Amino acid sequence: MSETRQITVTVNGTAHTAEVEPRTTLADFLRHQLELTGTHLGCEHGVCGACTILFDGYSTRACLMLAVQTDGHAITTVEGLAGKDGTLAPIQAAFQKHHGLQCGFCTPGMLMTLTELLRDQPNATEEEVRDVLSGNLCRCTGYSGIVDAAMEVLAQQRGKGA
Amino acid sequence: MGFRTIGARVERSEDPRLLTGHGEYVDDIHLPGMLYACFVRSSFGHAKVGRIDASAALEMPGVHAVFTAADLPASMRKTRIPMYLPNPALKVMLNPYPLAFDEVCFVGEAVAVVIADNRYIAEDAAQMVDVDYEPLSAASDCREAVKGGAATAHAALPDNKAAVYKVGYGDVNAAFASAAHVYREDFWQHRGCAHPMECRGVLADYDKRANLLTVWSATQAPHICKRTLADLLGRNPEEIRVIAPDVGGGFGPKLIFYQEEAVIPAVAELLGRPVKWVEDRREHFLTTTQERDQYWSVEIALDEGGKLKGVRGSMLHDNGAYTPWGIVMPYISSTTVPGPYVLPTYELNVTIAYTNKVPTTPVRGAGRPQAVFAMERLMDRAAREMNIDPAELRRRNLIQPEQMPYKVGLTFRDGKPVIYDSGDYPATLEMALQLSDYANFPQRQKAALEKGRHIGIGMGAYVEGTGLGPFEGVTVRVMENGKIYVSSGAASQGQGHKTMFQQIVAEELSVKMEDVVVTIGDTTAIALGTGTFASRITPNAAPSAMLASRDVKAQALRLAARILEVNEDELQLVDSRVEVKGGNRPGLSLADLAKRSLGMPGFSFAPGQTPGLQNTTYFTPPQAAYCNGMHIVEVEVDILTGGVTILNYAVAHDSGNLINPLIVDGQIQGGVAHGIGNALLEWMAYDENAQPQTTNFADYLLPMTTDVPKIVSGHIETPSPLNPLGVKGAGEGGTIPAAAAIIAAVENALQPYGVHIAETPITPERIIEMLHQSPAYDPMKSVGL
Repeated sequence: MSETRQITVTVNGTAHTAEVEPRTTLADFLRHQLELTGTHLGCEHGVCGACTILFDGYSTRACLMLAVQTDGHAITTVEGLAGKDGTLAPIQAAFQKHHGLQCGFCTPGMLMTLTELLRDQPNATEEEVRDVLSGNLCRCTGYSGIVDAAMEVLAQQRGKGA
Repeated sequence: MGFRTIGARVERSEDPRLLTGHGEYVDDIHLPGMLYACFVRSSFGHAKVGRIDASAALEMPGVHAVFTAADLPASMRKTRIPMYLPNPALKVMLNPYPLAFDEVCFVGEAVAVVIADNRYIAEDAAQMVDVDYEPLSAASDCREAVKGGAATAHAALPDNKAAVYKVGYGDVNAAFASAAHVYREDFWQHRGCAHPMECRGVLADYDKRANLLTVWSATQAPHICKRTLADLLGRNPEEIRVIAPDVGGGFGPKLIFYQEEAVIPAVAELLGRPVKWVEDRREHFLTTTQERDQYWSVEIALDEGGKLKGVRGSMLHDNGAYTPWGIVMPYISSTTVPGPYVLPTYELNVTIAYTNKVPTTPVRGAGRPQAVFAMERLMDRAAREMNIDPAELRRRNLIQPEQMPYKVGLTFRDGKPVIYDSGDYPATLEMALQLSDYANFPQRQKAALEKGRHIGIGMGAYVEGTGLGPFEGVTVRVMENGKIYVSSGAASQGQGHKTMFQQIVAEELSVKMEDVVVTIGDTTAIALGTGTFASRITPNAAPSAMLASRDVKAQALRLAARILEVNEDELQLVDSRVEVKGGNRPGLSLADLAKRSLGMPGFSFAPGQTPGLQNTTYFTPPQAAYCNGMHIVEVEVDILTGGVTILNYAVAHDSGNLINPLIVDGQIQGGVAHGIGNALLEWMAYDENAQPQTTNFADYLLPMTTDVPKIVSGHIETPSPLNPLGVKGAGEGGTIPAAAAIIAAVENALQPYGVHIAETPITPERIIEMLHQSPAYDPMKSVGL
């Protein structure tokens, strides 16, 4: 076993102190050490976006980041989106309604990317939504259910804000 | 209750788990004491394997073992992986060994496996395993490979012709001799890889006490996996349990049994510890089966009025190094050509070539996109030359609904004659023309061109044999709490099979959908199974579920009649209860009946009574159910960059009665996305030594959100007479004609430059190359310079 470093990282609001090897990726740390397996690995070279998480609120590829880099920071994963009672977040419910997922493998990354978009671009057009989502590959759905879900939640948010 | 769930647009019950990160894919399973595997793979397309020295790897801390072929159980050491799809045209059935030991025949073929504490160490150690290779000449380009004197893909084979066969019917030469018009085309068609977002993975755990080997695999066919493993390990099949947990997409290649699925269970048993292997994307590019290249040289004959007289020609298929799925895929290509048309004569001479590349097996569409491309491009050529509108030429040749069932004259891959069971092809065409506003396209094109924009329209029609047998069974049982347990071999890779079963069983047994508990993808849940491929689950398993439910309902009514002392016809099953019609006598709940159906310990049943309320039905379709569709695509081509934008994509689709339109629409939308990739993006490149050149998602492009528009689709529901639900498969129709239609549209947009496209994929670079061959093309002028 190689030398390890101690890190303290907040994941979905809970602080974890753990020993990690310097070369362990954030994705592997989340999946294998914390057993938060909702963050998926589709390519491990930063293209497919399945491993997208929020790092201090901003979408980040967990396959391209090392666990040691998260010391003192906050991570949100797909497990952190639904309510504690299991109530789906609006974007999750909209995915179900619009058939925005089939196999579900890319879904966590899609949801994390859209969580950031819903917060930062509340007036996003369909073109902007598609542009933002172009960093997340899906092989099942052909994307339209995902885009429809995002557009519906954006409209709901604006309705509430008005 | 009486709520109709069959045919309703029902949200999927699978979704909440997957949306909250609580799905469980192979790599999500952590077992105590689990070790990790990394395979040592050939870096040569073709080589002799000499000494393998693992000593350096074995010295590394955290490494537990290195296995080569010699270390595997004797039963599988020198036994090729079995395959179950013989074909008389296939001279030798050639599959890989679990680990190669004398010769490697494609880059990525596994020769050894390293087992370590974690994947990082296993990967480090795999680099330290020293394999002596003696490189041999490789067969790379299939056109060269079939020439005399070419390097052979296998040292022991005399040539690279895996199979040579002819399909056809009628006197094709006479038809051509008397034809008014004959046109010839040569097509290069490339299809890439399936690329489910989850790569493959295998986890195995041997329980010595129970003598049970449990294997979790990201497979489309757990029962085939179990049967193959039992053969290789010489183990009783019932001592093996294969589970396909959540599987992150399949699209064909995950139905194949791979080297890793043999080796991981064997080494887990040898080590007495759970062992996991999860493929990374680079390995997926190297080792998961693909479709790749076909070269078609075909001609079409028509009479004076544009009626088809015949199609003839040849096709060469790049098979890769082995035949794990026989020659099914190119065979389907060769029998799909006639499509929805009255084609009086047909002949295709097919050569299947071994090359030193990963094998080709069905990827969504399974050889049909190439056949449709060949036929539809021939139709477009004829339409252009004869100055007939492409839609009109098709209309003149469509099989009419009153000709159903229509016998094409070919034998399909299920061994049965190709007999289209149902369909209204003219209605499909007219719906697509409406959806695409085809009639007004000439005005749109003219107006666009006046503004310097190049838009084009193209179409592609297909007929697809879906729902292939032999069977997919379903068990339905009323549990003692009144809920319904359903199990089936119909493993899902995202198609929503659980929801489909819930819809059917809930309606048939008048229970709530959430009271139907479904287990699929586990070989212990049902004795026999086939697997998920060939758009076959709905036509096979849905009728099984319906028939099993009806039998269970009859059992419940029979038992209730006996208990309530009334005639069965006085009873009805409503809202999980059997009630006496029109009276106020108390009825019985399904829970009561399930308990009563078990009798009392020590007491005999009444004559004719059977234990439990349960039934297992294996519905066996007599032949394929043929779905059909027409795609019409409108594109814009940027003549400066070669970029193609899809402006409108219309699909008219007939897959018989729909169980869940939400899911079918999703299958079409997703299928078209694959077709867009095939038409415009995806190219799996190899060099002259059969060395893969595109092994990541930066070199090999998948369609993104910005490439795939929302499809406009319409359904025609012509029920199939071949099953009691009238259903046909819907998983591949989105992909099949897409490349044909898109390429036609691009060609149409570039009409002013006389561009003719006879290949896929067509990248921006290639479009510009073609434009430069036109004397009319002046890029500077087009931007007003």
